[in-house]
Amino acid sequence: MSCTCDQMPGSDNLIEAYPEKRAELEAYIDSLPLGENPDRNRGFLIQSLHKAQSVFGYLPTCVQLFVADKLKLHLSEVYGVISFYSFFTETPVGRYKINVCTGTACFVKGANKIVDEFKRFLNIQEGETTPDGKFTLGILRCVGACSLAPVVMVNDRVYGNVTAKLVPEIINACAE
Amino acid sequence: MFIASREALQEYAAKIKGAAAAETKILVSMGTCGIAAGTTPVLEAIREEISARNLQNAIEVVEVGCMGLCHCEPTIAVIDTATGRQIIYGDVSAAQVPQILAAGTDSPAHGTRTVERSWYYPEFEAKPDTAIQAKIVLRNTGRINPERLDEYIGEDGYDALAKALTEMKPEDVIKEITAAGLRGRGGGGFPTGKKWQFAAAQKNDEKFMICNADEGDPGAFMDRAVLEGDPHAVLEAMAIGGYATGAHNGVIYIRAEYPLAVKRLGIAIEQAHEYGLLGKNLFGSGFDFDIEIKYGAGAFVCGEETALIHSIEGMRGEPTFKPPFPAVQGLWKKPTVVNNVETYANVGAIIRNGSDWFRAIGTQGSPGTKVFALAGKVSKVGLVEVPMGTTLRQIIFGLGDGIKDNKQFKAVQTGGPSGGCITTKNLDTPIDYDTLIALGSMMGSGGMIVMDEDDCMVNIARFFLEFTLDESCGKCTPCRVGNRRLYEMLNEICDGRGTMETLDKLKNLALTVKDTALCGLGQTSPNPILSTMANFPDEYLAHIKENRCPAGVCPNLIHYEINDKCVGCTLCARNCPVNCISGERKMKHVIDQDKCIKCGVCFQTCKFHAIEKK
Ligand SMILES: Cc1cc2nc3c(=O)[nH]c(=O)nc-3n(C[C@H](O)[C@H](O)[C@H](O)COP(=O)(O)O)c2cc1C
Ligand code: SF4
Ligand code: SF4
Ligand code: SF4
Ligand code: FES
Repeated sequence: MSCTCDQMPGSDNLIEAYPEKRAELEAYIDSLPLGENPDRNRGFLIQSLHKAQSVFGYLPTCVQLFVADKLKLHLSEVYGVISFYSFFTETPVGRYKINVCTGTACFVKGANKIVDEFKRFLNIQEGETTPDGKFTLGILRCVGACSLAPVVMVNDRVYGNVTAKLVPEIINACAE
Repeated sequence: MFIASREALQEYAAKIKGAAAAETKILVSMGTCGIAAGTTPVLEAIREEISARNLQNAIEVVEVGCMGLCHCEPTIAVIDTATGRQIIYGDVSAAQVPQILAAGTDSPAHGTRTVERSWYYPEFEAKPDTAIQAKIVLRNTGRINPERLDEYIGEDGYDALAKALTEMKPEDVIKEITAAGLRGRGGGGFPTGKKWQFAAAQKNDEKFMICNADEGDPGAFMDRAVLEGDPHAVLEAMAIGGYATGAHNGVIYIRAEYPLAVKRLGIAIEQAHEYGLLGKNLFGSGFDFDIEIKYGAGAFVCGEETALIHSIEGMRGEPTFKPPFPAVQGLWKKPTVVNNVETYANVGAIIRNGSDWFRAIGTQGSPGTKVFALAGKVSKVGLVEVPMGTTLRQIIFGLGDGIKDNKQFKAVQTGGPSGGCITTKNLDTPIDYDTLIALGSMMGSGGMIVMDEDDCMVNIARFFLEFTLDESCGKCTPCRVGNRRLYEMLNEICDGRGTMETLDKLKNLALTVKDTALCGLGQTSPNPILSTMANFPDEYLAHIKENRCPAGVCPNLIHYEINDKCVGCTLCARNCPVNCISGERKMKHVIDQDKCIKCGVCFQTCKFHAIEKK
């Protein structure tokens, strides 16, 4: 099976474009204790996709195909998994992933207003990325810091006790 | 260090305990919430002060997990190791560090906030009258450095495993856990001993112990706290379970949203290997046990055990019908025990102290303790561990210090999206698995979201339905389609479009979904609706009959008006996100109702009480 994704509309061939990233992903998958049993090897799929997404930022078809090839799975199986789990994304995300927690604790502390404020400020909807590729706005359900609700996560940084007023500050902090 | 026998472990533990301690120990809370609240600069300040004053030998700094005092992070505890006297400081800033270090443990430093200890440790102290909390699961969390195995061993860590492997037969272990009456802390409350018994009875060359660390209930964070604060307790218990059931492989399934817990688990597994506490021939008994970590990828339903198993197998996390139960046919179709993090965290204490000791805490039907994540509108949010049978009043008004900003308590949601709300009239019921079910809610994983007079219960029900809708795997129709219809009906009611017929249909469909859905997610998703309908019927009726949201939440049913108290300060107009407030300086302002998006910003900003919510 060879990668044909450059012929598929709307997807960049990241695998060819970034040989060093491809090598990093390949080295990771090769380091897994894969065995003879193809079913059991499937057990390594999700962690391989986590790795792939952390290397490439997102999972376009060419990356899916690459992972499928390495684990000897069908592209459809890989796609089925990616589409099921909200953590995986097939579209590029911004440099700053702003995720507003809308778990129960954050909800009762007014998380929706924070989401609205980010939407207004960045002029994008949930799940969208700003045209300059800088910010992606998302929601997630609970990062386990409920005591600081409402909580906003920007990449790996957790902001607690966020108010609508803090929204511009959080965005500006990213620009620095 | 390699520990090859129980004697070697005990010798090593004795050496650690006997080692000369620094005069003073400072515990610094470095869990996710502590770090987010700014513990790192405080830790740095402590380190700097110590080296500036050359106190390296007198003071030992220990980075610990969550102490449970999330409402006043950053928290640190200063302990005099000779007397055991300690002072706990909350809301610590780096600037306060020099005074705190200078103050010692006789009396607190000036201008600081201190916290009374509200807990005791049943394993090594008698109960003081003032202690509402009893820490068994959290015995080490917030007390030891989770990244240092020696500290765990110094607290008798791995001795339960050593005892099981060298003194007990597998069936003795199961008997002990069964006699203790330990019930699954992941939500269902199924007896753990029985589950292990089922798996042990299976004849198979391969079995698995799984730790469910998916912690999907949004608003619960006790599993995170245990994994970040005392990861070895979970590893040790999984090995004990492996020995009891005949499993040699453990898998921890953890959600991707918990990077710090993942990191600390990884460190713990590596250290345990190095010491020979995981791997081959543990304590010279011939028993092998190993553990690997698998990651979730953001799907709530993967907390359900059959879905979780499919996810570990690299598939979509869709549940399957039970039976067969995982104990018979689980991971890779082999007998598998799935237990929750908190369940495991009880096992070591039971093996060390015996089932009678454990049963002495808690209630007849639910022995032991339960950890609750107290969040929402309560004054002191945090993580508490109380004996089963404690009342909600003791938790919310005792430990939680009541409702924030002097508002009225309205309800508390337990059991997350699968549970229900409990109101004032049941605040004094001693809670355990059975009483919560009788109240129309459930224990769930232990999330406790407190709501006040400003929360609309219809809107809360809608929130939970939106959550289930997002998280439904779509496999069965009642959940996929039924929940969507339920959600739409709640939307109608919140928007003021509901009728009495909507209400009827809502209830009927909720009961149908409950009866017919395939897995626990769909079977419990209507609970928040049924329970809010039962407890707050008037609130539903107000939305429907009077087009009124009594709590003033549902945007379509409220509007904001400016009254004569307005002095024309223009503050509201400058803050309105859609610029729909107009007026001259020093003149009364008006809101353009057509443009207003009801965000409430003006209501909050006006300092003259000139804006009314109607
Ligand atoms: C929709 C759904 C979500 C669940 N989420 C979790 C979870 O996040 N953590 C957990 O331990 N159990 C969860 N459970 C319960 C598990 O299926 C299982 O009963 C539990 O892990 C067994 O462990 P225990 O007996 O130690 O409680 C969930 C169940 C359902 C139906
Ligand atoms: S009840 Fe919901 S989550 Fe469970 S199997 Fe059915 S659709 Fe999936
Ligand atoms: S903030 Fe209050 S007082 Fe000031 S203009 Fe607005 S309504 Fe009037
Ligand atoms: S509620 Fe929001 S949108 Fe409406 S007037 Fe006030 S600030 Fe403006
Ligand atoms: S609900 Fe937002 S962090 Fe838990």
